[in-house]
Amino acid sequence: MDLSSINPTLLLASLLVAATPILIAAIGELVAERSGVLNLGVEGMMITGAICGFIIAVETGSPLLGFIAAAIGGALLSMLFALLTLFALANQVASGLALTLFGLGVSALMGQGYVGIKPPPTPKLDIPLLSDLPFFGPVLFSHDLMVYFGIALVAAVWAMLKYTRAGLILRAVGENHDAAHALGYKVVRVRLMAIGFGGACAGLGGAYISLVRVPQWTEGMTAGAGWIALALVVFASWKAGRVLLGAWLFGGITVLQLNLQAAGVAIPVEYLSMSPYLITILVLVIMSSDRSRAPASLGRIFHASG
Amino acid sequence: MKLTSFLTGAAMALGLATSALAQDITKVGFIYVGPIGDGGWTYEHDKGRLAVEEAFGDKVETVYQESVPEGADASRAITQMALQGADLIFTTSFGYMDATVGVASKFPDVKFEHATGYKTAPNVSVYSARFYEGRAVQGHIAGKMTETNIIGYIASFPIPEVIRGINSAYIHAKRVNPDVQFKVIWAYTWFNPAKEADAATALIEQGADVILQHTDSTAPQAAAEKAENVITFGQASDMSEYAPHPRVSSIIDNWAPYYIARTQAVMDGSWESVNTWDGIREGMVGIGEITDAVPADVKAEALAMKDAMAAGEYHPFTGPLKKQDGSDWLAEGEVADDGTLAGMNFYVEGLEGDIPQ
Repeated sequence: MDLSSINPTLLLASLLVAATPILIAAIGELVAERSGVLNLGVEGMMITGAICGFIIAVETGSPLLGFIAAAIGGALLSMLFALLTLFALANQVASGLALTLFGLGVSALMGQGYVGIKPPPTPKLDIPLLSDLPFFGPVLFSHDLMVYFGIALVAAVWAMLKYTRAGLILRAVGENHDAAHALGYKVVRVRLMAIGFGGACAGLGGAYISLVRVPQWTEGMTAGAGWIALALVVFASWKAGRVLLGAWLFGGITVLQLNLQAAGVAIPVEYLSMSPYLITILVLVIMSSDRSRAPASLGRIFHASG
Repeated sequence: MKLTSFLTGAAMALGLATSALAQDITKVGFIYVGPIGDGGWTYEHDKGRLAVEEAFGDKVETVYQESVPEGADASRAITQMALQGADLIFTTSFGYMDATVGVASKFPDVKFEHATGYKTAPNVSVYSARFYEGRAVQGHIAGKMTETNIIGYIASFPIPEVIRGINSAYIHAKRVNPDVQFKVIWAYTWFNPAKEADAATALIEQGADVILQHTDSTAPQAAAEKAENVITFGQASDMSEYAPHPRVSSIIDNWAPYYIARTQAVMDGSWESVNTWDGIREGMVGIGEITDAVPADVKAEALAMKDAMAAGEYHPFTGPLKKQDGSDWLAEGEVADDGTLAGMNFYVEGLEGDIPQ
């Protein structure tokens, strides 16, 4: 065992990178669920975003355009879900699962000619002085912009839900859509926007995997990240701050356990492998032992007649 | 009246035609553990499937299912394929072993072929390739080229096939570089690009400048490329899109000849349960081009080793070799038997850490 071979600076830096895709996808799903929509299609929207972003970034040479395209791609796919659940009044669980299967298929089709291509590198932040600081420089000030964007997004969503009128309306729709409707709020419109936001975020999260974290295109490359994002929202009891905590815990322990393995720590590998899931769930479940609960209208179909 | 009888006649002709057609066509099914576009393991199996189609044209119909999880769901997928009328089913991952044998007992008329396993039945064959021969070549190049003397190894599951690979690579790296150290990460997945990339990054951050992988995607190659002074080897497929650097060589699985031969055997009615384990000599294991990033003398030695294995003159597990606990395994000049290799569950002397049980 040689713990000194683990560099804490690099470890913390990789933690932020590993946490970003699930963080962004989960915060989008959180908004959708707070409006009362359970969209199980996160995995499908992520992988679609991953390939849309990859194609555009490769074709234009601009990672920024790639991320924009990923958000649009994810949002477009989520509109399919919106069409089914909000207008055709289909079951949300079934529609979401279908969306995941569809997304995996359509992304594989779109990605046919893009296997083995390298995307343009996403520039990293490089602030003179700050980025050169020992420890804090590499940990805090030398990431790509998406890492900061993810954190800012969490803060924005938290503030929006807590302090703004728009957040209040969104929560009202999620808690009791009939009452919100009786008060004159446009339930379908609010949910449409929330689903679109969730799709765009999932797309961004997926593109972060294909453009920064891996970076390449491989079929099915999100490999379950969408499901982890979904679980994170539930275990974070629909609170933005806890999603951030959960994503960092999960990302952090994932990276840590790989480092511990490489350093030859005498803990059985099976325990190390399950530790990210176990510890994240444990911490968040203990935290949610207060009275937090799911939005009351979550997963229920709304029709103005009802 | 005339019209009706004409239609009936036509329908009957059509019915006869389709049933005649159905008898002529051999249906071959494939169960894959990853997507066909993984660029590695499943990609090569699918190339084998396409070769079968090419070889037999209209006489064969192939079906496949991708990303089938190892475990209970595999039984469902294999059963479904058998019910669809497949005559021959290839299940292409170690974790399908029990599912394959279980389903096979319910469909005695269907032939099954399970890759990399060891359980056979009257209608179940097993086939695998001696990937450890390729690992020996990799280990030699890795040992010669590492400057930090740390070689990172991304392992998938603690099964004999993977352990053989680690041992073979280590023996040959150690032989040319006594200071070499292996750091092994068990990813517990065959295919998860993000996790594979994280594992490669963790190894690189801990000083590894050679990354060997036994997982299926090209993600570790991309991670190594980002890190610059790191070399890698293509796994299962050539992964030549990462050549000449970081990918300096590769192990290529070539399943096509085997798949064609077995399909032919089903057509002829000569199929019987066999246990195939072919290597470089038979062409089932190929060594991808060694790029110019490797010094010429190292390349020549590596190719000489490959030729010796192809000629049957050299076996990667030749004594004297000891097990990790220091006990004797092979005496001077003794060669490991296939039984021990097939069930290998121990590290050789010098490797650090434990194999997860």
